[in-house]
Amino acid sequence: MAAVLGTLGVNFLMFLRFFFPRALYEPKTRFKIGYPTDFGFGVDTKFQNQYRIWVVRNTEGIFVISAVCTHLGCTPDWKPSENKFKCPCHGSGYDPEGINFEGPAPRPMDRAHVELDPDGQILVDLSHLYQWPKGEPSQFNDPGAILRA
Amino acid sequence: MPETNGHDGTPESGAAGNGGGNGAGASKVGALVAGAKATQTKAIGELKEAIKAPEKTDVWKSILRVKHDETPRSRALGVLSNVFLHLHPAKINRDAVKYNYTWGMGGMTFYVYITLVFTGTLLMFYYHPSKVVAFRDILYLESDVPFGKLLRNMHRWGAHLMVIMVELHMFRVFLTGSYKKPREFNWVVGVLLLVLTLLLSFTGYLLPDDQLGFWAVTVGTNMARATPLLGHAGPFGPQLGMTPFNDVRFGLLGGSIVDSNALLRAYIWHCVAIPILASAFMVVHFWRVRKDGGISGPAAIMLESEIKEPKKI
Repeated sequence: MAAVLGTLGVNFLMFLRFFFPRALYEPKTRFKIGYPTDFGFGVDTKFQNQYRIWVVRNTEGIFVISAVCTHLGCTPDWKPSENKFKCPCHGSGYDPEGINFEGPAPRPMDRAHVELDPDGQILVDLSHLYQWPKGEPSQFNDPGAILRA
Repeated sequence: MPETNGHDGTPESGAAGNGGGNGAGASKVGALVAGAKATQTKAIGELKEAIKAPEKTDVWKSILRVKHDETPRSRALGVLSNVFLHLHPAKINRDAVKYNYTWGMGGMTFYVYITLVFTGTLLMFYYHPSKVVAFRDILYLESDVPFGKLLRNMHRWGAHLMVIMVELHMFRVFLTGSYKKPREFNWVVGVLLLVLTLLLSFTGYLLPDDQLGFWAVTVGTNMARATPLLGHAGPFGPQLGMTPFNDVRFGLLGGSIVDSNALLRAYIWHCVAIPILASAFMVVHFWRVRKDGGISGPAAIMLESEIKEPKKI
């Protein structure tokens, strides 16, 4: 009896493990997006379709916003006429720096790690995100969260 | 052919030879031939009768339905001896089948489910569950496949209808108190069937791979991030070592994003696993209806004349 149950149990664990693949064929999370001089003041949406990011330059420097709504993961739209990001799924709104001000979003949109490549281009790493969870200190001023250039 | 002809020609002389005792070999042959002849005559007779009245042959009776006598017992047997009907009760209360009591919602839900299985199977002939081609196949079904638009719309509207009907069925069962003793177990089975219906609806949502379905599944699976213990954004999830690459959402999607693995998984859950599970639970559900005393009917009416005086001690 114990042997039968043990065999079935191990088989069930194998069945569960089967659903967790080891190798993934997903888009690259590290990529170059060009030189800092390519980006003017404000929000640049030209990499939204390719990499699902926005490149933003403000008075402090250049940073990259991961274009994922912090509510349930849709891609918000950049509305230039209203100067805000608006999520089409449940209406979360973010200012041009990705800080939430309306709707159900719990925190500002995450920012990707940025650094200058030796060839002078901006290297973005989407697997390394900086967050500003509600009620916790912001990581947006950490080294790597913003390119002061 | 020549052999049969030979047998045909010899029986009488063979029989004569047998009677005369013309050697052991000849009599053996004669007996065989006589036996064959008798069998043949019998077979021809049976064949003639079978052609005259085919419904009386064993083959006919074993394959097709037989008319029973109009007795309550044989009418019950007509239901019980049929694999498709035997889940039904042989007899039910006349009041229990009134539509204003049951609304017929359970039966109609099952009918819609059968329709969905049929149209869904037909759609599978043209649909490839992979990125790039999935949405193209939907456009192809809509615009070019003969009756493809009809099939797809039957499947889509049928799916909406099934969810509505399951809920109305549950509402009726709740209103009539049919979840009470002795039907508690079947209520639980029904709740599981409701969950399976919603899962079928949800997994089918992604399959057209259009914007609506893609974002719906993005939102739906992102909710799974917040699962307690098993989600990387849920209570105690991070403490148990959950990340976007090993939590329950990852297991559902087969990846960290809604991509080709997620589409294929939704397809297999939708077309194979959940229908089999749901069918199994439906069998149990229908069987329990009978075991628990048939369709839940209105309370029996008691005439005033039938009410007995309480016994005086």
